[in-house]
Amino acid sequence: MPFLYENRQIVTPGDLLAEGDYLAAENTFRDNEKIYACRLGLVEYRGRKVQVVALNNLYFPAVEDLVIGKVVEVDLHGWNVDINSPYAGNLRASEALSRPFRPQRNELSDFLDVGDVIVAKVIAFDRTRDPSLTTREPELGKITYGQIVRVSPAKIPRVIGRKGSMISMLKNETRCNITVGQNGLISISGRSREDERIAALAIQKIEEEAHTSGLTNRVTEMIRKERSENA
Amino acid sequence: MTSGIISSIRRKQIAQLIASGKRVDGRGPTDYRPIQIETGIIEKAEGSARVRLGKTEVLVGVKIGLGAPFSDRPNDGVLTVNAEFVPLASPEFEAGPPKEEAVELARVVDRGIRESKAIDLEALCIVPGKKVFVVFVDVYILNHDGNLIDASALSALGALVSAKVFKYELKEGEVEMKPGFTELPLKNLPVAVTFADIGGRLVVDPWIDEEKVMDSRLTMSFGKEGKICAIQKGGTGTLTPQQIVEAANMAREKAEELRKFVEKS
Amino acid sequence: MPKKPKLVNKKGIRTDGRKLDEIRPLKLEVGVVHNADGSAYIEQGKNKILAALYGPREVHPRHLALPDRGILRCRYHMAPFSVDERKSPAPSRREVEISKVIREALEPAIFLERFPRTSIDLFIEVLQADGGTRCASITVASLALADAGIPMKDLVVACAAGKADEHLVLDLNDIEDKEGKADVPVAYLPNFDAVALLQMDGQLTIDEFKETIDLALNGCRQIYAVQKESLKAKYLAAKEETEEVEEE
Repeated sequence: MPFLYENRQIVTPGDLLAEGDYLAAENTFRDNEKIYACRLGLVEYRGRKVQVVALNNLYFPAVEDLVIGKVVEVDLHGWNVDINSPYAGNLRASEALSRPFRPQRNELSDFLDVGDVIVAKVIAFDRTRDPSLTTREPELGKITYGQIVRVSPAKIPRVIGRKGSMISMLKNETRCNITVGQNGLISISGRSREDERIAALAIQKIEEEAHTSGLTNRVTEMIRKERSENA
Repeated sequence: MTSGIISSIRRKQIAQLIASGKRVDGRGPTDYRPIQIETGIIEKAEGSARVRLGKTEVLVGVKIGLGAPFSDRPNDGVLTVNAEFVPLASPEFEAGPPKEEAVELARVVDRGIRESKAIDLEALCIVPGKKVFVVFVDVYILNHDGNLIDASALSALGALVSAKVFKYELKEGEVEMKPGFTELPLKNLPVAVTFADIGGRLVVDPWIDEEKVMDSRLTMSFGKEGKICAIQKGGTGTLTPQQIVEAANMAREKAEELRKFVEKS
Repeated sequence: MPKKPKLVNKKGIRTDGRKLDEIRPLKLEVGVVHNADGSAYIEQGKNKILAALYGPREVHPRHLALPDRGILRCRYHMAPFSVDERKSPAPSRREVEISKVIREALEPAIFLERFPRTSIDLFIEVLQADGGTRCASITVASLALADAGIPMKDLVVACAAGKADEHLVLDLNDIEDKEGKADVPVAYLPNFDAVALLQMDGQLTIDEFKETIDLALNGCRQIYAVQKESLKAKYLAAKEETEEVEEE
């Protein structure tokens, strides 16, 4: 058997995962006949695919991704946004404003200023230039209240859960509005600061235990416990 | 073309030739370019030498002065090696304090001299703990056409071998110069041999275009009895332990050849 | 004339009680600087070194960016209080050279082509030094890179071997480094049998050199095992805890 580990075992960069005619999928690389891990994570063998579910990784923008970011610069054409990625996001005025922008009459910073947090969508990205964002769709735009929690982008699928099971549970149990950015940033706004605090705690627990099973139940229990203890 | 960037055509040419064991200028993998060495060209320096290795040209000046010894070595003279990548030597050199390549080169040349105990530092002590001779070795790159390390080490060796120390007398703890000179007390003659690893093949004395395509660089310095006294791997590639041992054997032979050449000059 | 200290006694025991082929006590911890994108801490003998990195992020100044790959920038720096005689905080030539060789040892292991136009800025601070700091720095920096989720071919591990008195010894401490006859630091990617850093000072015959490299690679493999365990440590603990809970 050319699989050198059991499913869901923790592997480190450089660990030899398989040898032979398999597909080197996420977080692995192929060197001749051998497939190695290139990140710390849990190895998964799925048919012909060998992949590693990383415990931490970098966020690379993909078109259609929902991201949360912070404006770090205002220039003549729009804004530069920190989207927790090696590449800063670029939001052009035409992708944020519904009316035409006249540089002499309107100040971009009146609309969005340094420090503002936004929910945006990635509309373009290739390796030669920075990712382009838009806030022109409904549900996108400036976030004005609540709080932002940050997790490793690798953990986002776990926060969402299979078919959205984890995120629905979180929203129900904490009674908060939760927007999950693919880039690892999550926006929470609830009816009280206490609800928001519990949601943040739950998300932290998911990040720390993402690689374990039975998580959804444990998180639900934790939320209920927090609530009753602090009621 | 005055830009330092290597053309893709040249890159391909080198890669193809090296794969069949040949090099652009017709050399074999263990051949050095023609070497010329001249000593005593800067009369104001206590020692000097200029080496031409192919088109690479390095001038080394040795100045000998007086100073205080290091606190942890009160009975030893002081050796200090500095390298200047003079802006005129290459379109890629800029004026300013030494960058990391210059610092590295100086330290590798220094290591070769120091670890082989080439200079008898104890013999340079005048008043223990207070006054010693300080040997300044300044490496001046005049034209960069590849393999600055070997050219610099050779030039430094030439400058040291031909260096003169002034005679002195100690009068009431003060050093007074006397007429005449002695030779710098040398106990060893270290020589550096540098290889470039290009696609897994090792070639000695890399020329500048070979340096631009190499994966890594390995320098080994040998003393008179064939003992290694300094090694420096450079570049962002990797080598196998077998390559390293192969290189060591080749380098020892080459170092002998180079040393004989310097002794003759 | 001060007498040279004896580094190895008649029983083959060194000044700090170790055998010839024994590495110093080693402790590694990952994720210790909260602000950094990746970080790790090492204690090896009396060496105490912290490594932290920011990136990959956009390069400043812009003209240093490469269009087809990221760059690695590395600063090795010793704290003024890290050595016996206070060291000035200004970068010395030794620190400049060591920064370069550390960078060149780590680069082969990073998939820099995956993030063009960015840089990884790695900072290594030696809080206490006792010989072999460049090797310990490479070992701890690899963990910081892995902690940041940067894709790597292998972990880079480093260890020095050398000659003290007439014996070949592994993992030289400060006094063996200063008073010994040779010091050979080596950095290694164990899964690929690839040497990424090799230096030497001292005097060795070629045969001694061969043996010394083998000894150093041996030390590297031992340290590599500790590196892997420390990377997994955080997650293994959580996994065990939750598995216990489920069994209840």
